Amino acid sequence: MIATLGFSPTEWQAIGLSLKVACIATVFSLPFGIFVAYALVRWNFYGKHFLNGLVHLPLVLPPVVTGYILLVIFGVRGPIGSFLQDWGLVFAFRWTGAALAAAIMAFPLMVRAIRLSLEAVDPKLEQAAATLGASRSWVFLTITLPLAVPGILAGAVLAFAKALGEFGATITFVSSIPGQTQTVPSAIYALLQVPGQEGAALRLVAVSIVLAMGALLFSEILARRASKRVDGA
Amino acid sequence: MSLLISVHHKFGDFILDAKFEAPKGLTVLYGRSGSGKSTIINAVAGLLRPQKAQITVGSQVLQDSDARTWVPPHKRRLGYIFQDSRLFPHLSVAGNLDYAARASRRSIDTAHRAQVIDMLDIGALLARRPIALSGGEKQRVAIGRALLADPQVILADEPLASLDGARKAEILPYFERIRDETDIPILYVTHAVNEVARLATTVIALEKGKVLRQGPARDVLSDPRARPMGLGAVGAVLDAVIKAHHDDGLTELDAGGAAFFLPHVAQPIGAKVRVRLPASDVLLAHQRPSGLSALNIVSGQVEAIQNTSESGAIVTLSTCAGPILARITQRSVRAMDLRVGNPCCAIVKTVAIASDLGTDLA
Repeated sequence: MIATLGFSPTEWQAIGLSLKVACIATVFSLPFGIFVAYALVRWNFYGKHFLNGLVHLPLVLPPVVTGYILLVIFGVRGPIGSFLQDWGLVFAFRWTGAALAAAIMAFPLMVRAIRLSLEAVDPKLEQAAATLGASRSWVFLTITLPLAVPGILAGAVLAFAKALGEFGATITFVSSIPGQTQTVPSAIYALLQVPGQEGAALRLVAVSIVLAMGALLFSEILARRASKRVDGA
Repeated sequence: MSLLISVHHKFGDFILDAKFEAPKGLTVLYGRSGSGKSTIINAVAGLLRPQKAQITVGSQVLQDSDARTWVPPHKRRLGYIFQDSRLFPHLSVAGNLDYAARASRRSIDTAHRAQVIDMLDIGALLARRPIALSGGEKQRVAIGRALLADPQVILADEPLASLDGARKAEILPYFERIRDETDIPILYVTHAVNEVARLATTVIALEKGKVLRQGPARDVLSDPRARPMGLGAVGAVLDAVIKAHHDDGLTELDAGGAAFFLPHVAQPIGAKVRVRLPASDVLLAHQRPSGLSALNIVSGQVEAIQNTSESGAIVTLSTCAGPILARITQRSVRAMDLRVGNPCCAIVKTVAIASDLGTDLA
């Protein structure tokens, strides 16, 4: 059938889930990413290096370790997980957990990109805005944030692409339940475990490549447009 | 409304210790870089917090370190014009002009806005982005943005320093108009003596963090002992009125009864102008000389002789036009037997006055 492009319902579910997980992960981590990047660039506080290290930890830790830590903390008997369960929010072995794992794994990339663009915003412009009567939060909303938009967009799309491809932490934290937590990478892994499924696996590999490449191109276009707008060229 | 400033600030070896009042009009902080000018202006803006300071505008206390009062910059109602204009690159000219009103949730006073846009002649630029503006245009927009912030004090930190001569001449008249048409005190930082001569109501001469001398522009610039920019910048400032435009292209000025000739000044008869006579361009003679190419000869009496180095001296003549300073050698002082009270003539080349005002009178 043309409509299904040769994908089975399970494969479609994996693609849909991957997109949903990546979108949710990006949208919900973006405010935190901006906040942390701003704090690292503009504020001097005790424990700044520790925060910087913590943010970058998922980049260097084995993903399976990150996934296990998430399971310990956010599992139904974990300190935060049990608390959140009372509020009806469960992460372990749910697609929400996949989004959390993807967000944590993509966070360092997002913060790095946003940080670079915030560092490029001239503090002298923020000073000028303050002399014109703008409070700190207004300066941030009207000067800092718009000038950093190219980097913020680039960071968001990079995080989205990374979230699409997250595997190690995800499979450790939420396993690979078809239709519930099985994202494209876990589906590919599952298919490769079964003899004779290389064709299906290859189709999903192609999907992965197209999605990742598309996200990168999109981020490039957005960044170029935004920087044109900011420079006024 | 006036501005009262008392600042004590120490960083490293540098100690700034200055106290002065900036009355209505334009007060110039005049001195070399490193004399503390920018520190003072940034303390008034609240961009820098001095260790000890009392800063008051009218009845509002901006900082009082004894009472631990410190108003943050955004609540100080400032109009700060920076050297590098600092227009917001992501906003249009109109967006820059309206920024202050939006930031303080004020409705835009359209009549005032139109008046400022008209005065600065920036109506045609409103839709443009700062990147599409020339240096002079940027600075005009920056001035407009500061004026539209409804400021109770205007701060200008070397606003002309990054512009070339012609652009400087384009901007200077706007500062004159702000000085003459508003009651807002203006604090203006510069090290350019011709800007001081042309704009200043009051001059605060700064050297190494201390106030060397303060007072009306004419008195401070004519004081041979107060020379924050060195001997080359010493010279008298005369207030004159345009008396006539002659057919040969010269303009005749009247300064207290003495006539001065300058290349054409594009201002109507009766207009008040300030003329600076650099001390190094003034010659002295016992009698009114004849057969000399210089057009401007004023007679007066020697008021003071100040030795400035091993060989140099500055002679102050009191004339009907005001004090005139001449920088000559001590050998000449001895050869002419100049003494306080002696009659004497000062000779100034027309071109010397013109070249100093060159950018101003272009």
